[in-house]
Amino acid sequence: MSQPCRLPAGGRIDRGTLLAFRFNGRHYEGHQGDTLASALLANGVSVIARSWKYHRPRGIVASGVEEPNAVVQLETGARTVPNARATEVELYDGLVAASVNAWPSVDFDVMAVTGLFARFMPAGFYYKTFMWPQSFWMKYEHLIRKASGLGTSPTEPDPDHYDKMNAHCDVLVVGGGPAGLAAAWSAGKSGARVILADEQSEFGGSLLAHRDLAAVAIDPASDGSIDGATPMVWVARTVANLKAMPEVRLLPRSTAFGYHDHNFLTIAERLTDHVPPGQRRGPRERVWRVRAKQVVLATGASERPLVFGNNDRPGVMLASAVSTFVNRYGVRPGARAVVFTNNDSAYRTALCLAAAGIDVAAVVDPRPAPAGELPGRVRKAGIEVIGGAAVVDTRGRKRVSAVDVMALDAKGTVAGPVRTLACDLLAVSGGWNPVVNLHAQAGGKPKYEAAKACFVPGTPVQAERSAGAANGSFALGACLAEGVAAGEEAARLAGFGAAGASWAPTVVDVDEEPIVPLWAVAPREGIGRGPKQFVDLQNDVGAADILLAAREGYQLLELAKRYTALGFGTDQGKLGNINAMAILARALGNDIASTGTTTFRPNYTPVTFGAIAGRDLGERFEPVRKTALHAWHEERGALFENVGQWKRPWYFPKAGEAIHDAVGRECRAVRNGVGIMDASTLGKIDIQGPDAATFLDWVYTNAWTKLGVGRCRYGLMLDENGMVMDDGVTTRLGENHFLMTTTTGGAARVMAWLERWLQTEWPELRVYLTSVTDQWATAAVAGPASREVVQAVCAGIDFSPAAFPFMACREGAAAGVPARVMRISFSGELAFEVNVCANDARHVWEALMAAGAAHGITPYGTETMHVLRAEKGFIIVGQDTDGSVTPVDLGMDRVIARGKDFIGRRSLARAGTTGDDRKQWVGLLTEDPMEVLPEGGQVVADARAPVPVPMLGHVTSSYFSANLGRSIALGLVKGGRKRMGEGVEVPLADGRTLRARVASPVFFDPEGVRQNV
Amino acid sequence: MLLIDCPWCGPREQSEFAYGGEAHIARPVDTGALSDEAWGDYVFMRTNPRGPHLEQWVHAYGCRRWFNVRRDTVTYRITAVYKPGEAPPGYGA
Repeated sequence: MSQPCRLPAGGRIDRGTLLAFRFNGRHYEGHQGDTLASALLANGVSVIARSWKYHRPRGIVASGVEEPNAVVQLETGARTVPNARATEVELYDGLVAASVNAWPSVDFDVMAVTGLFARFMPAGFYYKTFMWPQSFWMKYEHLIRKASGLGTSPTEPDPDHYDKMNAHCDVLVVGGGPAGLAAAWSAGKSGARVILADEQSEFGGSLLAHRDLAAVAIDPASDGSIDGATPMVWVARTVANLKAMPEVRLLPRSTAFGYHDHNFLTIAERLTDHVPPGQRRGPRERVWRVRAKQVVLATGASERPLVFGNNDRPGVMLASAVSTFVNRYGVRPGARAVVFTNNDSAYRTALCLAAAGIDVAAVVDPRPAPAGELPGRVRKAGIEVIGGAAVVDTRGRKRVSAVDVMALDAKGTVAGPVRTLACDLLAVSGGWNPVVNLHAQAGGKPKYEAAKACFVPGTPVQAERSAGAANGSFALGACLAEGVAAGEEAARLAGFGAAGASWAPTVVDVDEEPIVPLWAVAPREGIGRGPKQFVDLQNDVGAADILLAAREGYQLLELAKRYTALGFGTDQGKLGNINAMAILARALGNDIASTGTTTFRPNYTPVTFGAIAGRDLGERFEPVRKTALHAWHEERGALFENVGQWKRPWYFPKAGEAIHDAVGRECRAVRNGVGIMDASTLGKIDIQGPDAATFLDWVYTNAWTKLGVGRCRYGLMLDENGMVMDDGVTTRLGENHFLMTTTTGGAARVMAWLERWLQTEWPELRVYLTSVTDQWATAAVAGPASREVVQAVCAGIDFSPAAFPFMACREGAAAGVPARVMRISFSGELAFEVNVCANDARHVWEALMAAGAAHGITPYGTETMHVLRAEKGFIIVGQDTDGSVTPVDLGMDRVIARGKDFIGRRSLARAGTTGDDRKQWVGLLTEDPMEVLPEGGQVVADARAPVPVPMLGHVTSSYFSANLGRSIALGLVKGGRKRMGEGVEVPLADGRTLRARVASPVFFDPEGVRQNV
Repeated sequence: MLLIDCPWCGPREQSEFAYGGEAHIARPVDTGALSDEAWGDYVFMRTNPRGPHLEQWVHAYGCRRWFNVRRDTVTYRITAVYKPGEAPPGYGA
């Protein structure tokens, strides 16, 4: 029979729509409006999972986000969702789900034998059982990971896309139950911009689970009517009113999962998860990033379970969940129920079961003589109320078949004979926990309210207030009144006056008798002994584990939590943490108020990585910067290298060439003829103002004031710690005008660095900085034939060596467009850098190529640039330096001016930066000239020395030099300059050791004659 | 995420700004005369108060200008925003 446990009538489901779905390979049917959990219950599926440590059978316990057991793998393949809570999954046609933690099946679980070994898996078992002997951990780990854990992550790329939305509002209301709806309405009528976010598919919150009064004819004296109507009539009217307010935005299926600083909240809106995958259109989820002036938290309360023997058996369910399944989903969660409660709210569950025609064997209540209105009604319905008693144990195999009830004496100890009640459903209520998560995330400190036996919000730290059940006000009339007041207050503080009349709802509430806390039912053997009494079902933490943690010294709640794994996993302690805290407090003789709660952190419920990433993925993850010549490089078959965000040509292979061949050819071309490189990515900062030279004196180690107009100078930039942070050539274009170049990767950092000093330390300096990196394109033409090539293209510039010396800049025209030509060299060859407007780059570049054709002009990339500069012993900041290298370490004392202060100067005289024992930058020549040292390789004196082998330094740059016919390397070696000629060793990952000799870092043309021709 | 009131642009999200550490650390004038300890104090040592903290921020993805903020390191509340060179509120002109 299909859906054997579906009630014949009632519920907010569309019985006309049949939805087929599959769970653990079996086919079932449900209705539109079901959750996966309600549909499974309607089909009589009671075992949903196996518990992670003991592999005990587990069923559905809750009806919302706090569900610990019914955690499923939803769908398969790329769209699979691990650890979806079946109670939150809206049913759709064709849904496929499976238990996450039941191998090989929930019904026959071979791992259940671990239950027999439960005593070997106590609290902290990770830390003790498996950590000794240490060498066994590898074996244990494999087994534990197989046996435990939750769902499986998809292995394919996510086919869905996700959005983010930034929003501002005057009042954000979290929660669309009675308090939240009332707050949104009262704030909205003032004209304030209101956002109402609710995690459910429909607004109404707890009212969705209210008994459908229309089905039983409205009784004005019955509790729960609002202004004389059934609550959902009021919900529908209020939602319609809110929709009519132009400044109100309603966000259903939207969970506010984080409350961050300055009233910034993050909300995950699920847009398509309720639709069959084939019919989903648009983004799957959208994260709202909301900055709210005022916030109303109407997040409701979640029911606490009770702790007693074998309280994890399928069929044990929160009373509120039972009401929800019966009233909202038209499900019969059992045939014969027992209700076990320490407060009046679960008496409503007994009444709703009775109204649905479900047999209620008894209500078991530890309070000696439950006498209020609700117990009275229950008795009137013919249900036995057993006062002064508790359920101590459950019976049954895969489902509850009976419960054992014993009397409680005045001290709360079980006594007397055991009375066994046959039942297949046990509805439990240990009271209510206001959902204070967001209040606490916002900085508030929840405080214990003994009369209600729960933590309620403390003093708000941010501009927020709680209303309704979230505030510990559980009665419907109080929820509505607090909601109205909170909404009005929030709007007023956001700057909106009251508009229109307020609303004083008429609600018939039934007075409830006070709760009597019952944190754990101790069996005859004592708390923690006898049958397992679970506190945290998802993590299989029992009362015994908490007591053990306390005995072993983990007496602070936060420590006990970590030792036992309490409150880990998807539910984050929503069900168990307060009971656990109370059990710990009692064991230590502390009171609950001083024991406190664990820390409430974002996220309130799990958020998908897709939602967090949004569209910032793949090519949109980070911008890609391409030079104006990029297309030309591509046409010439360049391979590219990422340098920061830039794509730079790495080398230009010809047909059949490997990198070694291509780079060798490019290197020889520059040394023997002429090469051309795109140097546009170097950072370029235009510096102007009367104090520009003074400013450069501060930020570079050398002197700038006397640099002539039209001359260039190399500069080394340090941080205040004296460490090299950037370098580059700066040109004086005019008396008060300089053009600084920086490393490609350091451009933005240097710009920010200069601005900072100008604005915060030397605001009196009249200096203005403009980034012009993207405005200028640079063609570096290098090699003995470079003068002929550049000369042929440029006009208005005298290229004779006397008129255009090394380190000079001339302005003129290149291929008919304005150009700045600098005679500077990063290769050691005669070289010119032609700078033109980026839009003219290709035109000028092609003119240079044409002019160079006769000389065999060869485009080259970064690899050749690196080899050429290494042959000359020029540093690359960030490769040969790492933030711990001074100019002296690099042997660059010559660029340190003596007679002035500059940033970092004083640090060069510190005890730690002086002395000749620091790591110094030297050349390394391998014994075998054909062996190339690995960059990053460790330099040692003797690789066979006893471990730990003293490290002398490491290789920073290493290449094969085609020009020299051998390998060359550069590295930082302790006291390197004293070791000239000494042998060192570089052990390799493959076990070999390469021998090398310490040498000068300049391997080629040490006199520097080639660039001065 | 903080909401920072840039003195030139008005309130903007924290993601537009970059943090610059403690404010009002003037660079010593005669650095050559300082002991290693005194220089190290300037380069490395920062107060780490529990409570109000005067700190530098830059509107990195906005006007690119630096300014000072008084922010409570416990509550993260920002109680003052002022321009470089100005005295922090409550510290005289």
